[in-house]
Amino acid sequence: MAGWDRLRMATRARIGLGRAGDALALRDVLAFQMAHAAARDAVHAALELEALAADLAPLAFVAVHSAAPDRATYLRRPDLGRRLPPEEAAKLPAGEHDIAFILADGLSATAVQRHAPALLRAALARLRPYRVAPLVVARQARVALGDAIGAALGARLCVMLIGERPGLSVADSLGVYVTYAPRPGRADAERNCISNIHGQGGLGYEVAADKLAWLAREALTRQLTGVGLKEEMTPLLPG
Amino acid sequence: MTTRTSLAGGERHRFEDLKALLAAASPRRSGDELAGIAAASDARRVAARMALAELPLDAFLNEALIPYEQDEVTRLIIDRHDATAFAPIRHLTVGGLRDRLLAHETDAAFLAALAPGLTPEMVAAVSKLMRNQDLIAVARKCRVVTAFRNTIGLEGRLASRLQPNHPTDDPQGIAAAMLDGLLLGSGDAVIGINPATDNIANGIALTEMLERLRLRHDMPVQGCVLTHVTNAIAMIERGAPVDLVFQSVAGTEGANAGFGVNLALLREAHEAALSLKRGTVGDNVMYFETGQGAALSAEAHHGVDQQTVEARAYAVAREFRPLLVNTVVGFIGPEYLYDGKQIIRAGLEDHFCGKLLGLPMGVDVCHTNHAEADQDDMDTLMTLLGVAGVNFLIAVPGADDIMLNYQSLSFHDILALRGLLGLRPAPEFEAWLERMEMLDPQGRMRALDPGTARLARLVEAG
Repeated sequence: MAGWDRLRMATRARIGLGRAGDALALRDVLAFQMAHAAARDAVHAALELEALAADLAPLAFVAVHSAAPDRATYLRRPDLGRRLPPEEAAKLPAGEHDIAFILADGLSATAVQRHAPALLRAALARLRPYRVAPLVVARQARVALGDAIGAALGARLCVMLIGERPGLSVADSLGVYVTYAPRPGRADAERNCISNIHGQGGLGYEVAADKLAWLAREALTRQLTGVGLKEEMTPLLPG
Repeated sequence: MTTRTSLAGGERHRFEDLKALLAAASPRRSGDELAGIAAASDARRVAARMALAELPLDAFLNEALIPYEQDEVTRLIIDRHDATAFAPIRHLTVGGLRDRLLAHETDAAFLAALAPGLTPEMVAAVSKLMRNQDLIAVARKCRVVTAFRNTIGLEGRLASRLQPNHPTDDPQGIAAAMLDGLLLGSGDAVIGINPATDNIANGIALTEMLERLRLRHDMPVQGCVLTHVTNAIAMIERGAPVDLVFQSVAGTEGANAGFGVNLALLREAHEAALSLKRGTVGDNVMYFETGQGAALSAEAHHGVDQQTVEARAYAVAREFRPLLVNTVVGFIGPEYLYDGKQIIRAGLEDHFCGKLLGLPMGVDVCHTNHAEADQDDMDTLMTLLGVAGVNFLIAVPGADDIMLNYQSLSFHDILALRGLLGLRPAPEFEAWLERMEMLDPQGRMRALDPGTARLARLVEAG
């Protein structure tokens, strides 16, 4: 169907799919199933700490776990994914930190595995003058877990790099949430977000790092994040 | 509040109040577990149903789940309750109502007359005593017909919303997806765009684009840009050709406040839409979406189970004689509806409750990638809803919404379901498909290439 080729230049939507009777053509059914499978695999993938350590070296990190013991619980109980058990909080060294970076699996460990190390390096290079807390890697984590981690570290600013909910076209999209004066109970409106960081037409590392560095500097100077910081970006993840 | 007890399986179960009883009687559901109100065991769940079956229906008129003084949705429900319509079932228990609904002599006329006498809480309660087959059987007997430029809800018909979303609202991209849907026979319920940029100027631009395309091909359809009612009111004031006014609504005043609406604002929007008099065969001008979990996620559920709160949203919707109402049943995620089983059950409940309350009920049969569900579950739910006589279903190209990032039905699925159950599009739309030479002699959609279809000029319209 040549007519569709031209129309496909205007949209990524699955238009002009073939038919078998009323049903979709098999080729299109299987293509959909492959995209769905990739998204499902990304949701259920576990963060591989050894591989992450190798990618981050020589940078070391402290690994913590939310109160959600496994993926099935995590998906059902977002409240547990926001909670940091006391024994996990005890692993975190409190100090005079300007910025705490946290890598969190969120809904796509694949995204963190693939994009977080490079983005983190690019961000750190831009934020040299600041006192950066020991890096934290958090598993079964929701965005708001960063509040508890940032508070335990005593950081002025929390920057969480977290896997976004996988879509059919992109299963490894990374998001960044920036929260000034992190502490449990922060509302989503008190954060700034940079979303859609990935390699398939999404935001690249350098551009994302520029935005992140701008947000971090502004937040620390003006002592706030969220709607007051006038970066009108819509969060993609529920807190 | 009255404590109720049930002796079941040798154990006495105590339910603190009516909302605790309703929550415990609900099928197992992740959202109620998240809220901490679900039955702690399967036995307790059934014990709650046994107690609920014995409960007189008028208990719901005497014991508000959310206090009258605190919530305008409760006030709406109580103030609008029609005692005359309620009279034929006033003496019944919830269990008695279930049997009455299923009885052979209970027909569409009886159910239509009964609707103003039913409250959402009664309907939610009886649904908890009904198996899936009961929900289907009773919904199938209900008939709710609405109209604007075509007629939706007639027996033997299945309409669909064509949802041509695009991540940047690109007019060519939206037009391409519209063409795809129309060539596959979708769009009779509404051509409804969820805008990526939700502001007045963009809403007007998209509304005008829909209007141009509709006029160019003399399509008997209605368009809608699903923007906030305040935007729609502003668009109408600026002279935009608004067909339907859309709003997401929920079952409590607090949850509606989270959506930035209240009843007064919805009334204002309804009147603004009516003032345009753009309908040709009817004047149903409102379009509402709902979905279980909305009130809980807004922390405005008052400890009421998510299915009962959802039914309360239908009281809000029916106040405004909508053309279309649909639950977006799997959209909210696994923390509210965990898997295909829960999504399917919720879809059937929502359709049943909406229909029984007199709403032109449709469903967005859908799921997200982090729920335990796939297109097989969507096939099951759409087929059950087709049998249940759903007014319309939502469809997107290839079941993949590239703007909202979730999976709905495909246009092909609508064709397949119509074929499977012998259902046809809305009559005015079907006649238009015929005029456009898009139907074969058996009344089925031809496979058309956009290079040859008369409709292809849609895209050039931009």
